[in-house]
Amino acid sequence: MSAMAERIPAEAAPAPAGDVILEVRNLVKYFHVSGGGFLGGGAAVVKAVDGVSLSIRRGETLGLVGESGCGKTTTGRCILMLERPTSGQVIFEGRDLTTLTTKELRAVRRKIQVIFQDPYSSLNPRMTVGQMIAEPIAVHGIVPERKARNDRVQELLSVAGLLPAMADRYPHELSGGQRQRVGIARALAMEPSLIVCDEPVSALDVSIQAQIINLLESLQNRFGLTYLFVAHDLSVVRHISDRVAVMYLGKIAEITDRASLYSEPLHPYTKALLSAVPIPDPVVEATRERMVLGGEVPSPINPPSGCVFHPRCPIAIEECKTVVPVLKDVRSGHYAACIRL
Amino acid sequence: MENLLEVRDLRTQFSTGGGIVHAVDGVSWDVQPGETVALVGESGCGKSVSALSIMRLIAAPAGRITGGQIFFKGRDLLTLPDHEMRDIRGKDIAMVFQEPMTSLNPVLTVGRQLTEPCEIHLGMTPAQSRVRAIEILGLVGISDAERRLRQYPHQFSGGMRQRLMIAMALSCNPALVLADEPTTALDVTIQAQILELMKGLSQRLGAAMLIITHNLGVVARYADRVNVMYAGKIVEQGTAREIYADPRHPYTLGLLRSVPRLDEPKREKLAPIQGQPPDLTRLPPGCAFAPRCAFAIGRCAVEIPPLEVVDGNHRSACWVARDLRERAAAETKEAA
Repeated sequence: MSAMAERIPAEAAPAPAGDVILEVRNLVKYFHVSGGGFLGGGAAVVKAVDGVSLSIRRGETLGLVGESGCGKTTTGRCILMLERPTSGQVIFEGRDLTTLTTKELRAVRRKIQVIFQDPYSSLNPRMTVGQMIAEPIAVHGIVPERKARNDRVQELLSVAGLLPAMADRYPHELSGGQRQRVGIARALAMEPSLIVCDEPVSALDVSIQAQIINLLESLQNRFGLTYLFVAHDLSVVRHISDRVAVMYLGKIAEITDRASLYSEPLHPYTKALLSAVPIPDPVVEATRERMVLGGEVPSPINPPSGCVFHPRCPIAIEECKTVVPVLKDVRSGHYAACIRL
Repeated sequence: MENLLEVRDLRTQFSTGGGIVHAVDGVSWDVQPGETVALVGESGCGKSVSALSIMRLIAAPAGRITGGQIFFKGRDLLTLPDHEMRDIRGKDIAMVFQEPMTSLNPVLTVGRQLTEPCEIHLGMTPAQSRVRAIEILGLVGISDAERRLRQYPHQFSGGMRQRLMIAMALSCNPALVLADEPTTALDVTIQAQILELMKGLSQRLGAAMLIITHNLGVVARYADRVNVMYAGKIVEQGTAREIYADPRHPYTLGLLRSVPRLDEPKREKLAPIQGQPPDLTRLPPGCAFAPRCAFAIGRCAVEIPPLEVVDGNHRSACWVARDLRERAAAETKEAA
């Protein structure tokens, strides 16, 4: 096995079950935007993330699902400290990242990496693949010597399933799947313990998605990585996650282990989401009952009162308009935020 | 039944810096009145170009339809003079695009965009077309139509814009709607709303639909018949049930095997299709899928397989189509 294979596990040693690598407590992120008024009159607040708490155990994959605007990407960006949270804590390996200075953060950032949705816009078109992977290794002084650094780049390319010759290519010369592999190699270069995967396969063709998912899974086993897997595709999230959190309008609606979420969803929103996913089999689809939600996702600038889901909820009662449901343990470790449960 | 649309040996090509791209390379398929047909494939396979060719919206001089016929109600669209084609576009054949924001005019009110086709194609007066616009907005589930007509597209949400596109497409009672990835840009719950709406309306109004998509779940739910495309050619053709229950092309089989399914137990590993999508300027001499194919034989590298009947109207363009099922079963056994 290569030098890298030995290096990474040494820093991310297999930990006992229940060792929490990341804990997010009551995370809030509001964005101030200019209001709809003419000449920018009246400022408004987008409540992108509104009180999210979750934890991720070392070595597991937590899936974070929801529709556009639900705050799943912003949650990921707050964990990466690409956005400063409005309030709340992001505790990574025992340290609250929100209290660190920029300099202190730089050291921690190495350990939390990101893989973006669009591998084209996240790669520099003027740099070769090799330069892009080598740069962070040099900046962080991981491999200071140039010759050794080039060897390391070659090694990372092969770990990500690319030929060593790819080091001299530019992003435009690569296919979508190959670009995403470059993004993965660059994230691995930092020897991270946690990777935030933000819709890593949704821009790829169906036949390539499975390649990248298999790669992510084998890298996780090999290097003991922990993933926060942000996505909207419920089939993909089910395949890759150990536990899953469902978000709606800045809040977590339901969070539990994969099997319970998919076999016994509790929250009406989760049920609707699962029922909306078409199954690639006409015989199954012909007999499947479908629960189609009315209406649309309301604006996070002016979210509904009480339970944010109540205007679209098939089982909402009068009380749902006023009472904000808290995430409660409904069934031994299966949490849902709904007063009807 | 008489075919509403018959595409025969259609060829559309583009000149690019890298050479000639045969985006659509001799495809034949048809649509019967009232049915829903799917064109499935990945980016660059030629499915959108097929739809644009039917509408004769291929941008010259780079793009050109170089061969074939497109019979609509018995007339070859490719031989019609421009003014006759203009009468058909939007009236008899309407199109719904993937990204509604780029296909709506941002400086015209929604009302104007809805009434214009009715006035031009159906000769309605402004008062008549306004009534029609209100009626059709109600049909696609947009309430408060009077106020909505005065608004502009940017005041609509993504799902609402797509409803608006559908309303525009249906406003002149077309016989055929071409829907190019109509729900790809939308969220799952909205996707379900829009697809149910389109299916319901096409049944109610008797319009046939061509759905262009890469989503195998959408095809399974909504299509009667399916054409699978790869590198500009149709590689498999049949009813939705035939294609899903008994795929006879390794590409179709690979696609079905590579997606995780919610109704099946979680698999240990996904079975992806190996390799990369083909570079259309440098296609191999034989079957374009052969370099990625797990079942390729010697012949595949040198000779292009024709689309041939395997059973009834189920066709496949593959040299091993007949014993693909046995080979696939053997391979699965071996892997286990």
